[in-house]
Amino acid sequence: MPIIAKTGNEAMAEAMRQIDPDVVAAYPITPATEVVMIFSGFVADGLVDTEFVAVESEHSAMSACVGAASAGCRVMTGTSSQGLQLMSEILPIASALRLPIVLCEVNRALSGPINIHCDHSDTMAVRDFGWIQIFSENAQEAYDNILQLVRITEDQKVRLPGMATTDGFIISHCMEKIDALEDAEVKKYIGEFKAVNSTLDLGKPITLGSLDLQDYYFEHKMPIVEAMANAKDVILEAGRDFGKRYGREYGLIEEYRLDDAEIALVALGSTCGTARVVVDELREKGIKVGLLKVRVFRPFPAREIVKALSKVKAAAVMDRSDMFSGQGGPLFAEIRSALYEQKARPVLTNYVYGLGGREISLEDIRAIFAEQQEAAKSGKVKQLIQHFGVRE
Amino acid sequence: MKKDIGWKELGHGDSLPAGTAAEFQTGDWRSERPVFHKENCINCYFCWVYCPDSAITLDENKKVSGIDYRFCKGCGICDKECPTKKEKRAITTEAERK
Repeated sequence: MPIIAKTGNEAMAEAMRQIDPDVVAAYPITPATEVVMIFSGFVADGLVDTEFVAVESEHSAMSACVGAASAGCRVMTGTSSQGLQLMSEILPIASALRLPIVLCEVNRALSGPINIHCDHSDTMAVRDFGWIQIFSENAQEAYDNILQLVRITEDQKVRLPGMATTDGFIISHCMEKIDALEDAEVKKYIGEFKAVNSTLDLGKPITLGSLDLQDYYFEHKMPIVEAMANAKDVILEAGRDFGKRYGREYGLIEEYRLDDAEIALVALGSTCGTARVVVDELREKGIKVGLLKVRVFRPFPAREIVKALSKVKAAAVMDRSDMFSGQGGPLFAEIRSALYEQKARPVLTNYVYGLGGREISLEDIRAIFAEQQEAAKSGKVKQLIQHFGVRE
Repeated sequence: MKKDIGWKELGHGDSLPAGTAAEFQTGDWRSERPVFHKENCINCYFCWVYCPDSAITLDENKKVSGIDYRFCKGCGICDKECPTKKEKRAITTEAERK
């Protein structure tokens, strides 16, 4: 298999080239511009058969994606931050129509104030729209996740749109060694696209998107509930099969040195890479710490997380966005809720960190683990929700 | 179509068979009623083209034959577009009597 040097954006564009979708409709936005810019180069050079629609906004991009997917095409796009927000009117329509659109999302802080760097506020703002959400720790995972998402979203038990995310600049612009697949291998892994409905099928004419009031709207939301529940097993199967074929297995979560850990750090995305280093370092000193990486945020792997934290005394839940609810970040809210029925549960602390790209360093993670050692010992947290690293 | 079906029986992705508008009679919304006067009609088909609800009917010879009041919402476009002269109107509008 070819070893290549790629940034996160290049890796996602490369995955798109190998997938060779029928239609890509996109609009550029930092730091995701390169994903579709590089891909449009592949289109210009005739390396793909894709119809590339250069639209005038992200609202139009997602609208064109919905139109193309309704016509029975395999469709992809990419965006970030404000672009994702501009798409947001159309995102829940894509899930309601059960269109398996794959979106390369680069996490970037939402305005305002305007900022181009990483936090998770953009992706979290669209978490309740019926889209599958997978976070990548590095460029290799971004590449692998995009390929798996095609399989996952197109599975007959799912048929929902999905986004795989990288962290803006941290992953999107950093070059890494990528273990890529051969083009033919990608084709084999993702399989042929099978349209369920097509607005262009004259043999089976359909109506899509009709008005749906008190009498049927509720019923039409239920298939999304069911498909999202089904998605858990489908994601696991896609990740297992990927591991069997290519040696890199993926689950809903990843437990790193968590088996006998007394303290866990729970995080999404690139911060997990930083945390691994500190976990190894503290383990060397005999301190029982571990990392719980939440790879899939939608559907939320509540049961799996509860199990992974069942023997832990204290856990730090790391949120790279705030919900401004007074209840901490979205990951914390989900995990705290998931633990409600558990008699034995760890004491939790929520660290809202890294907003607008504020760096999270090894030293920061060490400080968080030190605080958690105290929490594990006393069974009490210093402060339930902390905005970590902000100047007062 | 069957009424009040459960969510497990719904078509995939909010889809319905095409042409279900034929089962949805929108004529009872009407507050104004277009009236067709066959003797003045010049068969230009403007009303037939412009009607947003296919409520203009044609006879077996493809001549305009009237208005299907099951679907006519009384929007008035047919009257507005009808090019016949004032004294020999093919379509006029009157208040809907209920």
